[in-house]
Amino acid sequence: MSDKKIVYATDRKYAESHEWAKPEGDLVVIGISDYAQDQLGDVVFVELPSVGATVSAGKTFGVVESVKAASDVYAPISGAVAEINESLKEHPETVNKDAFNAGWFIKVRPSNAGEMEKLFDAATYQGKIEAGEIH
Amino acid sequence: MSIVSNKTEPLIYELSSPGRIGAALPDCDVPKTELPKSARAELKLPEVSEVDVVRHFTRLSQKNYCVDLGIYPLGSCTMKYNPKINEEAVKLRGFAQIHPYQDADGTQGALEMMYALQTMLGEISGLPGVTLQPAAGAQGELTGILVIRAYHLARKDAKRKKVLVPDSAHGTNPATSSMSGYAVVNIKTDARGNIDLDELRKLADDATVCLMLTNPNTLGLFEENVQAACQIVHDAGGLVYGDGANLNAIVGVARPGDYGIDVLHSNLHKTFSVPHGGGGPGAGPVMVRDFLAPFLPGPIVVKARPERSRRKGKRYAFAMPKKSVGRVKSFYGNFLALVRAYVYIRAFGKEHLREIAENAVINANYLLARLRDTYSAPYGFRRCKHEFVLTGTPFKEKYGVNTLDIAKRIQDYGYYPPTVYFPLTVPECLMIEPTETQSKESLDEFADALIKIAEEARTNPQLLHDAPHDAPVTRLDEVKAAREPVLRYKH
Amino acid sequence: MPHPYIPNTDADRAAMLNAIGVQSADELFADISADVRDPKINLPRALSELELSREIARLTLQNANLVENACFLGAGAYNHFIPATVPHLIFRTEFYTAYTPYQPEISQGTLQTIFEYQSMICDLTGMELANASHYDGATAAAEGAILAINHTHRDKVIVCPTLHPEYRATLRTYLVGQDVEIVGDEDPSATFDQVLDKHLDDKTACVIVANPDFLGQVRDLKAAADRIHAQGALFIVSAYPISLGLYQPPAEYGADVVVGEGQSLGNPIAFGGPYLGIFATKMEFVRRTAGRLIGQTTDTKGRRGFVLTLTTREQHIRREKATSNICTNQALNALAACVYLSTLGKTGLRQVAELCYHKAHYAAKKINRLPGYRVDLKKEFFNEFVVECPHPVAEINATLREKKIIGGYDLAKEYPHLGNAMLIAVTEMNTKEQIDALVDALAQVKSKKGKRA
Repeated sequence: MSDKKIVYATDRKYAESHEWAKPEGDLVVIGISDYAQDQLGDVVFVELPSVGATVSAGKTFGVVESVKAASDVYAPISGAVAEINESLKEHPETVNKDAFNAGWFIKVRPSNAGEMEKLFDAATYQGKIEAGEIH
Repeated sequence: MSIVSNKTEPLIYELSSPGRIGAALPDCDVPKTELPKSARAELKLPEVSEVDVVRHFTRLSQKNYCVDLGIYPLGSCTMKYNPKINEEAVKLRGFAQIHPYQDADGTQGALEMMYALQTMLGEISGLPGVTLQPAAGAQGELTGILVIRAYHLARKDAKRKKVLVPDSAHGTNPATSSMSGYAVVNIKTDARGNIDLDELRKLADDATVCLMLTNPNTLGLFEENVQAACQIVHDAGGLVYGDGANLNAIVGVARPGDYGIDVLHSNLHKTFSVPHGGGGPGAGPVMVRDFLAPFLPGPIVVKARPERSRRKGKRYAFAMPKKSVGRVKSFYGNFLALVRAYVYIRAFGKEHLREIAENAVINANYLLARLRDTYSAPYGFRRCKHEFVLTGTPFKEKYGVNTLDIAKRIQDYGYYPPTVYFPLTVPECLMIEPTETQSKESLDEFADALIKIAEEARTNPQLLHDAPHDAPVTRLDEVKAAREPVLRYKH
Repeated sequence: MPHPYIPNTDADRAAMLNAIGVQSADELFADISADVRDPKINLPRALSELELSREIARLTLQNANLVENACFLGAGAYNHFIPATVPHLIFRTEFYTAYTPYQPEISQGTLQTIFEYQSMICDLTGMELANASHYDGATAAAEGAILAINHTHRDKVIVCPTLHPEYRATLRTYLVGQDVEIVGDEDPSATFDQVLDKHLDDKTACVIVANPDFLGQVRDLKAAADRIHAQGALFIVSAYPISLGLYQPPAEYGADVVVGEGQSLGNPIAFGGPYLGIFATKMEFVRRTAGRLIGQTTDTKGRRGFVLTLTTREQHIRREKATSNICTNQALNALAACVYLSTLGKTGLRQVAELCYHKAHYAAKKINRLPGYRVDLKKEFFNEFVVECPHPVAEINATLREKKIIGGYDLAKEYPHLGNAMLIAVTEMNTKEQIDALVDALAQVKSKKGKRA
């Protein structure tokens, strides 16, 4: 774990399992939070679904691995995968360096617009972590 | 450590020089046959002399810490002394040079040893059905779960699909369960370090295949309610699998079969002194109650029928149990590991067996008593068994020194560090198992070193962050190893 | 009487119990319910070291060993020459009394030797990566099938009937909890092409075949590999490593996974274990590979060093999501293979393989000339071949035993269509005199029951 301050980007929503979701045109971009990358430590591998695959809210769609841990990544919303971040294959460290931008995982064409509303905003997410309600 | 240990040893490939060979072979003494058309063009193995081979591997050996150098306190690994007579036994041609498919009348000594070992393990565990086939503890677990599965299916009870596993269990327990096609349900540990009985009562039902219980558990604590826990599972129609990884704590003092365990594996490389060999081979025989014996993997050794015995001089033979789950590996198990365990148990016999557990537990409690004021012992309010856990959390919070730093610094004092970061339920965990083969003096020296390291953490934390200083290499870049895997020498 | 493996004296124990704060050792066991504490355990009496030596000698002398008897038995376990460097080095205490190299800084000896082992297995098989080993050839084959099932998301495994019968049995046990169909060996007389014709389709996860196969035959499998790949299935080859000193590596004819029994590489035959499960594959399957992997890296001073790597695949991290529960390897057996292959090197291994080949062919031709015996010399083989015999194999072997010859494997049970058939293995350990003695003895065998097949 690094000593740098954890960032909670306010321009997107969060799931309890530490993924973020941010609308971008017709699509929703999905990644993991700065808190999550910090907990994992140096990311060494990211496994992503193929373009065209369907993901469902609350279900796992990939894996992110550090040296000592492997975590499933859960879809915050349901939809079809429109794009994946190919560069993570060669440069998994991007997840540590820039979890909210260059370190995105997948872009999804949402199938249920209402699901975004169920996610936490940044302040709620941060509050739950700091209160120890989610780990 | 030796004076050469800090020099980087080349790879054997880098020592290669065309034309060298390490062993001479005889000329061909029969007329030759034309070689096959599909003969390979090249083989890129090293070319070195016998001298090169011996020096290379001897120098590499000196970069290893080992039990014969001193305490190896890895918790739940039972790194006890490996008696030398065991190693002499396995070199003998009557054990090392017999073929597994030879006719049994030419291997009666091997079969007699295996039969005796089956009997002794059955007696020590209180579980009379024994298979020696599993090659390791994890394979013993798979064997045990498959036996339990076969038992349920033989009763036409196919609805059982979940295995209950305490959160302090070794990772092999859940991995084995899913390998066997079952769902894993985790059970919490209570404040005293026992399996939470209330939660167990809620979860044990007619879908329960079994409970997998390590006892003493990985916190080094005997399950105070083990009989009640087994009863709850039995009442629900499930069985109880005992992970015998920590059997050293109770061998000769209590028998898992007597307190409710139905199936148990024993790691012969822990309790029964088979050397660990740098990570294997081990052996993981499985012991079961009578009613489960027909399901065991085979072949197992049985006494030959008298009429056969009269005719062919056979006293022992191999047989497949009637409803066997099948084989879990080829042949009969890690035979030479079985030889070592047999010799070890005979060296203790009924007179001394209990002294193993008694001294292992005295040593662990003594070390805990020496360290509890310096380090934080989350379950220090109880007597431990063969091992105990400490947490480095106070050092992390106060001095920014984590458990890994402490472990690395221990190396500089000439010891192997304890197991770290396991069990997962204890943060910054150090898990220490001294075993019965340490003297009081060696425990005192080890405790003194740990106390001194705690002082260093306060006064000079950087010393710990940079440790080890005196090992053959300093800390290695594991992130680089995982991001850009180099798994072989590139020609 | 104190015990030699336990250093504590009564005085030590008293001092330690005092420091702990208890009166007696029994108090330390008070958490074990009295009704199950201190049961009577019925074991033989303790033996001193001298008595132990006598007991060990008594047991070993009852066994017919391969030094005093000529061995023509193989069938998955082979009697090969072991150079003195191998036992000398693997019995160095620093190797055999060390644990799994969890603390890499003081385990570089074990780590580097396994890295070298992995490299040599890659060189032998032609594959890109090899793991630190599985338990034996049978479990390595099962792990290969699991890799293929997970990779292809398919649930049909095809095994050739001439894959070792015990490997097929082990595979079935390993996969019993999964929803997987294992087919191909219903008819022990079916050829590999017939098996593929009957079963290979787009539901097939993998095809497992041995080369040389259990009956000794060596085949060109390139066309089969292409057929298998055309269906999107993986091609798993079980190889005999000594034969790879002579033959084309399986990677060259399309293997996706190479498994095998590594016992023949410097490990004693030892009544079936401990052995060495070879497992090699392509880099694209690295994260589906079970078992330990050693990787190269550098320390903080830039020096080369080795670590256990990609451990997130394994049970201690993945727990119930791990693809295998394996948490050891056969490290000491892998070390034996590493020392063996270093000692023999590229020319020595080729020499061993050629000696096996020439001696086996010499034996096969001589046996084929005996009345009543037949060897199909048109089939390509390495060092093991099927002999059709005039009498039941059990009877022949009983006669051979009287002449200090351990005869071949009786194929009657697993391959009944072959009739009275014996699988004979010849290695560099068999001298011309031994082979000639075997041929003479076979010629003289008379059926005790007077029956002919």
